[in-house]
Amino acid sequence: MSALEISAKIKAGELKVVDAVRPCLDALKENRHNAFTPVKTGHEERVLKKAESLQKRIDAGEFVDSPLAGVPIGLKDNVSQINELVTGSSKMLTGYESVFNATIVDKIEQAGMLIVGKLNMDEFAMGSTNETSFYGAVTNPHNNDRVAGGSSGGSAAAVAAKEIPLAIGSDTGGSIRQPSAFCGVVGMKPTYGTVSRYGVLAFASSLDQVGAIASNVSDCSALLSVISGEDKLDSTCVTKKPFCLETIDESANLSGLKVGIPRNFLDVDVLDKEIKESVTAAIETFRTAGAIIEEFEMPLMEYIIPAYYIISCAEGSSNFSKYDGLKYGYRSEKAKTLNEVYRLSRSEGFGMEVKRRIMVGSFVLSSGYYDAYYKKALQARELIKNNYLKLFEKFDVILTPTTPITAYKLKSHQTESEIANVGIMKMYMGDIYTASVNLAGLPAISVPCGVDGEGLPIGLQIIGDSFADEKLLGIAKAYENIAGSVVKA
Amino acid sequence: MKFNHELVSYLEDLSCLALSEDEKATLQSDLEKILNHIQIIDKLDTEGVIPRSHPFDNVNAFREDVVVSSFDRELILKNAPEKNDEMFIVPKTVE
Amino acid sequence: MSKWEVVMGLEVHAELSTKTKIFCGCSTVFGGKPNTNVCPICTGMPGTLPVLNRAVLDYALKLGVTLGCNINQNCKFDRKNYFYPDLPKAYQVSQLYAPICQGGGLEIEVGESGEKKFINIHQIHMEEDAGKLVHESNFTQIDYNRGCVPLLEIVSKPDFRSGDEVIAYLEKLRETLMYLDVCDCKMQEGSLRADVNLSVRKLGGELGTRTEMKNLNSFKAIARAIVYESERQIDLLESGGEVKQETRRWDDERGESYAMRSKANAQDYRYFPDPDLLPISITDEELELIRKSLPELAHQKRERYMKDYGMSKIVACTITSHKNLSDLFEITTEHSEQGGEVANLISGEFMRLLKSSNTLPEKIEPEILGRKFAELVKLVVDSKINRGAYKEVVGKVFESPHEIEPMAYIEEKGLLMITDTGAVEEAVKSILAKNQSAVDDYRAGKQKAFGFLMGQTMKKLGGTASPDVIKSTLTDVLKG
Repeated sequence: MSALEISAKIKAGELKVVDAVRPCLDALKENRHNAFTPVKTGHEERVLKKAESLQKRIDAGEFVDSPLAGVPIGLKDNVSQINELVTGSSKMLTGYESVFNATIVDKIEQAGMLIVGKLNMDEFAMGSTNETSFYGAVTNPHNNDRVAGGSSGGSAAAVAAKEIPLAIGSDTGGSIRQPSAFCGVVGMKPTYGTVSRYGVLAFASSLDQVGAIASNVSDCSALLSVISGEDKLDSTCVTKKPFCLETIDESANLSGLKVGIPRNFLDVDVLDKEIKESVTAAIETFRTAGAIIEEFEMPLMEYIIPAYYIISCAEGSSNFSKYDGLKYGYRSEKAKTLNEVYRLSRSEGFGMEVKRRIMVGSFVLSSGYYDAYYKKALQARELIKNNYLKLFEKFDVILTPTTPITAYKLKSHQTESEIANVGIMKMYMGDIYTASVNLAGLPAISVPCGVDGEGLPIGLQIIGDSFADEKLLGIAKAYENIAGSVVKA
Repeated sequence: MKFNHELVSYLEDLSCLALSEDEKATLQSDLEKILNHIQIIDKLDTEGVIPRSHPFDNVNAFREDVVVSSFDRELILKNAPEKNDEMFIVPKTVE
Repeated sequence: MSKWEVVMGLEVHAELSTKTKIFCGCSTVFGGKPNTNVCPICTGMPGTLPVLNRAVLDYALKLGVTLGCNINQNCKFDRKNYFYPDLPKAYQVSQLYAPICQGGGLEIEVGESGEKKFINIHQIHMEEDAGKLVHESNFTQIDYNRGCVPLLEIVSKPDFRSGDEVIAYLEKLRETLMYLDVCDCKMQEGSLRADVNLSVRKLGGELGTRTEMKNLNSFKAIARAIVYESERQIDLLESGGEVKQETRRWDDERGESYAMRSKANAQDYRYFPDPDLLPISITDEELELIRKSLPELAHQKRERYMKDYGMSKIVACTITSHKNLSDLFEITTEHSEQGGEVANLISGEFMRLLKSSNTLPEKIEPEILGRKFAELVKLVVDSKINRGAYKEVVGKVFESPHEIEPMAYIEEKGLLMITDTGAVEEAVKSILAKNQSAVDDYRAGKQKAFGFLMGQTMKKLGGTASPDVIKSTLTDVLKG
């Protein structure tokens, strides 16, 4: 049952909120894919109590206009919810309870939705396999030996395994789209600035964007209509109005649609053959439906990952400085002096991947290297952005694979020990199709477009023009309608 | 580019970390590889290109100068590893 | 000594008198209980984001325009990264790459001679203040009330050659900040702080190594610290030593400074544009609006007072020496329409009261005092009370501005002048009856006797009738 159907049934009195949420709570308890992070004691009782009071409000006629009233939802473990644990899946924040709500939490509650729990992620969103989580990796519902992807691995896996109908994710370089592709679900990173970041633990402020993961495009649209919209608490959240479900054309036609295909993206060495075939087939689906397909050469491809990596590490190194063992979170028991409180708490509280990226961030911002790395990366960003501006004068959407490979084997990145050269290339190239979208602030959605020989899902990425999110969702829906259930878990 | 031990120690200081010798050795090698990969950026011709810090060109997000009630001190101190009724506590700072 | 020249630059931090902090809605009020004016944003909790207080920008523009700075109409905030417990996010939001103001400056008048000199401003930027550390014997406590309070850092060029110049500049700057209503400039509360960068060199020689002095909490401390530090550096150099570039903390009680232990972490601040804040764009029209809305400054007031009220330069300078005094003057004048009388009151009796009670002008409440003083000024000018009563009630109002109501006090104490001439006539008659010999003397042409009778009548009336009334009544009755 889709999220929209659940809500319709609840509003029609055919389903109780409690009955909708109970399977989710059971899944949380069982945690088969390690998709959920720990909750406080008495959690289940509290959620059930909330379900009851929500039921009363729905029965009293509240939330009639809310498309998702009564629907259970999971939050990535970087979203602050009052009196609940929010850890970023880091030892650094174990036991930390927020004293305020993220803006999107308020919006979700105002829409009559019910938050079930927090979802596992790579530590502070730094990672693409979910293996850097303090709580351990999330397994892929399609294959237990495979990762769910990251950083929003728990969000994608929980939706794919039908443990929850909807999940919030966040995307800095592909962290919603990549796990969605790996797990065979729909994940959208909307235009930068359309969903408030207030209360969401920052990784890289100018790249981070909160988005939605769902089992189909319509549910994804509905969730985005709930969480999007201007926020006075986030200077960078600029959309004047939330996405409107009514203006998303659910019966959009692909006929006449101008579709760009970056040819060189499909010629990348690391691109899996089966993914290439699958995406090529998806392009044909667009063509058959009347879309005008045009190939082009994506310039600056070799600069995308360096620019993304430099900017994200630089901002992250500064954003993570607040985790210092002084005001909240982990403080080393060994620390006696102030200097030890700082250094030991941070060394023991952060995992290796986070430490590595903080060091890189410190490096590219340090005196003597700023101009050669950080400033250059910002200039590369400008060039990449300008290039997209030109492309969207010509195209309605751009199609690419979401990832060059399907879900990795667990522990393939050897996160705690030395990264093998292959590991580094693999890991960085993993973001090749997704990261430029964040650099330019564009909306992009990953929709399932097939499976490989091992039955692992493949994702098609559809990139739209900035602030054309509603149009993008309509196109994704049209593709989904035509392609049907190519990959249903 | 070579990442020597000294540079790793310097970055350790800047990042406010205390790394073991093993970790340092690992990081030295990792960082060298990462840097070798990303330093291609220096080859990009960026003559006259304005550095972009934000995805969009929006400006001027302001708040009016109106007082909003502050939080209860208890809540602010709630998660502190060490505190008393009024303040956060840390080992003595030296000036 | 004379072959040495002292070269100084100043970094002045002015805490802005906005109602709220720079990036959140917490109050900036001073003196609250620890950690009561705080929220998740100003304590750096995970996930929080800053939003700029519009008033901070306006205040910075007011000062920049007044000091003739080049306004950077496209400015932005940068993060200065370093770890210290008073800095909750472990970075300070400040401006390095595109500060709001550059250039400009202040003309000062130095010492007795009033020699004029122009001090150049290097830049003015907006930033957030740090919290306060409260030290106990074996641990340190953190209070974030002051954290995130908006600051303007006003950085001068190294244009100062003497302590007198520094003080003259600070006084002028303080006056400007106060008259612009940008900062209340209470040095004891830390709302105005100055760090002095000082080096010495042989006259005409190359610049020496400089030290930075902190913890200078009064003008007096600054003057002393400058003397101490320049002598220390000269002694060091003359004895063949070298000046070390360091930050020194002034200990005002001991009258000396000492080097602060350098922070354990390397000082590479890794400034970069704050990605959580948008750049600022100021239009020509907005700038023009600021320019038009600038209040009258001290020197403009001085000129106007001299012209409109015929004040002497000394009186005008006294009244404009603190914004509260000129506010008091203007409020009192507005309600009494007696500028001349009010000027005398403020520059005379009121200044005496401040001095004798050791009260700083910043502590007075011009609004309350002004209304009450205006009542008294009108009464004395209309001869409804005499000068003695006037001075007495002014003193009482000064002591208890909230409690004393001038008219009620005057009535209670019977200080109103007698305007009823019948009562005066009665008194005159009774005096004349008792002093027949003096009356005879007067009538015999002895003018001295008139003075005696006048004095007797005044004594009898206890000073509540005006001498003029007594004089004319006495003349009339004697003629009668």
